[in-house]
Amino acid sequence: MRKSAGVLAAGAVAALALTACTTGDGETPGGTADATVDEVEVDCADFEQYGDLEGKTITIYAGIVAPEDTPYMTSFEPFEECTGATVDYQADKQFEQQILVRAQAGNTPDIAIVPQPGLLAQLVATGTVQPAPEGVAANVDEFFGDAWKDLGTVDGTFYAAPSGASVKSLVWYSPAQFEENGYEVPETLDDLMALTEQIAADGNNKPWCAGIASGEATGWPLTDWVEDFVLRVGGPEVYDQWVAHEIPFNSEVPTQALDAVGEYLKNPDFVNGGIGDVSTIATTAFQDAGLPIVNGQCSLHRMASFYAANFPEGTDVAEDGDVFAFYLPSEDTSTKPVLGAGEFVVSFADRPEVQALLEFWSTDTWANLKAAASSEETGGGWITANSGLDTDNLVNPIDLLSAEILLDPASEFRFDGSDQMPAAVGTGAFWRESTAWITGQSTEETLSKIEAAWP
Amino acid sequence: MNVADKLVAMVLALAAFAVVIGLILFVVSLLERRGARRVAWFFVGPTVLLLIVGLLYPAGRTVVRSLFDAAGSSFIGIANYTAIFSSPDQLVVLRNTVLWVLVTPFVATIVGLLYAIWVNGARGEAVAKALIFLPMAISFVGASIIWKFVYEYRFYDPDVRVNPEQIGLLNQLLVWLGLQPQQFLLNQPWNNLFLIVVMIWIQAGFAMTILSAAIKAIPMEITEAATLDGVSSTQLFRYVTVPAIRPTLVVVLTTIAIGCLKVFDIVRTMTGGLYGTSVVANEFYTQSFTAGNQGLGAALAVLLFVLVIPIIVYNVRQLRQAEAR
Repeated sequence: MRKSAGVLAAGAVAALALTACTTGDGETPGGTADATVDEVEVDCADFEQYGDLEGKTITIYAGIVAPEDTPYMTSFEPFEECTGATVDYQADKQFEQQILVRAQAGNTPDIAIVPQPGLLAQLVATGTVQPAPEGVAANVDEFFGDAWKDLGTVDGTFYAAPSGASVKSLVWYSPAQFEENGYEVPETLDDLMALTEQIAADGNNKPWCAGIASGEATGWPLTDWVEDFVLRVGGPEVYDQWVAHEIPFNSEVPTQALDAVGEYLKNPDFVNGGIGDVSTIATTAFQDAGLPIVNGQCSLHRMASFYAANFPEGTDVAEDGDVFAFYLPSEDTSTKPVLGAGEFVVSFADRPEVQALLEFWSTDTWANLKAAASSEETGGGWITANSGLDTDNLVNPIDLLSAEILLDPASEFRFDGSDQMPAAVGTGAFWRESTAWITGQSTEETLSKIEAAWP
Repeated sequence: MNVADKLVAMVLALAAFAVVIGLILFVVSLLERRGARRVAWFFVGPTVLLLIVGLLYPAGRTVVRSLFDAAGSSFIGIANYTAIFSSPDQLVVLRNTVLWVLVTPFVATIVGLLYAIWVNGARGEAVAKALIFLPMAISFVGASIIWKFVYEYRFYDPDVRVNPEQIGLLNQLLVWLGLQPQQFLLNQPWNNLFLIVVMIWIQAGFAMTILSAAIKAIPMEITEAATLDGVSSTQLFRYVTVPAIRPTLVVVLTTIAIGCLKVFDIVRTMTGGLYGTSVVANEFYTQSFTAGNQGLGAALAVLLFVLVIPIIVYNVRQLRQAEAR
């Protein structure tokens, strides 16, 4: 699954790019001169370890496009100023297709920001990826922990340090509407179902709204639902087995999970608030799907933390505002599985300046610089699992909530499953068959078709 | 690269181009005295070389790749081709492609032909022709986005007081007629026909233009003689017009058929190949770049190539015959 709305290229754009035969090196000029990050103290002495890199250029290739790319460029400015190196950041909406083509053709950038462990494994298979330098490994041990390090590891070799992160186990709602009707934020899955039934019985609106259309990536929001419920029905260990295909895709736990999702999304009494019947979930753009909350046409919308940016300007996103989110509860309060995602920094060159930037990138200094730059330039919308992140650098209530969930010791974090599965399933059958499922295909047929697609 | 660098690079590229062309022309002028054949080779040679590098080599690679598995690492023979003709999903893809190739050329040609005859010699012919020719000027993606809006769906429930307003033209018409709005792009298998409509909308203008020229080229004496013999206008159409423009009709039909075999932009923009609307060209892209199955993607590309060849051969032969007359 993709991390942000900006990364998701619409089918139209894909087709345009294809017909125009572009290689898509949508360049963006370097960070603006007046963008300063005051909150984070930067001392050039900290950069002496990287040596003098005057005149060296490091190219970065990523799918994170404007406006979210500006904080990235800002976050590298101290590094550039203190070491003399130049960071050349290039963004491309077609990143995920192009990076593989470029790797296979031997035309690689120095560094790429890869949003999926599955894609990382594909890149490693091309033989062009460099293992992470020792300094990076030490930083990841210190700030991220084993679970995240494993995600950047392929066949026992550690390649990629994590960068940004997002929390997906969130349900968006309207605090004002909840207060007006006396609804409470649910603590368990049973509470969530009871709340759903209560809202439906009250008859003011359908409880849930949902939409999974996303151009060629249509279906991914539904895979997130399924992953969240596999985590809750089977627990994190079964989830890991499911992702690694140690249990069949159509075995008992995934079947129960998909049926559990169906109890919400395939029930005409529960969906699709303000949009239409169940089948409209397939054709509603995920960006639009949660908006009926603002008009009171639905009450609940399960979507990741980055969805905050989709609400119309002027919407108060806060715990006592127009919209906010709560943690999608688990079966009981004793466990707290969290589904999330993130980006990884992959290098294709082992030149000293590239290693220096990688090492800087994996520090808490960079994480705070980036968080402060995002707060300043895009109003937030960026967090990381880096334990050195100072939450004072976050301005957005949703970022604070996400960081709180992510850094809570009780949380059992699991990375987006479809991002780790082979492309034939993760970005192929799982998306496609989920879409077919919401338009009427049975749970059994859906899961056995995905199982059959596993390479 | 900033703007200045890009401009410099562009000027350099243009200069390099001029130098190379100048060099070629200079060598040609030296060779000119030695006979035309050598000169011809000098011009054809680079083209042949580029065709080999840019067309034959990749085509060969694609054929080889289609015999390998998803990652392109182990040889699996014709398994990818059997998959195309046996997996239920791929059979839907083939069915849709057949539907496109069967429906679009005939409907677009008939619409174009009738329109050409209807406006032939009428007052305001140029304006009438321009109207139907206009969609040709729009890119496939642009046309698809326009039609996506036409098909746009909002639910309508007479029992609910506040209904969302229809923003799709077609569904608004249905609501005005007292009918329920439809999800045109979702309901199988009819959604395929609603995609095909877009192609017909674009290609009818092309058919009309070519056929209109052919009709105007029919010698006056023939139609006059037929009229003197007392044929009705239907008979004139059946026994004079159609046989006279037959080669042109075939060229138009085959050209549109090739376009339909290769159709990608419309499907990709409007449904992304979901809800049972994928076609070979779209599936090839999806398998290669989204699902990561390069073997199957290559096999689909080869299949597309094989399907197009006979139509192109027929098309070229008809073109030659038409010119020979």
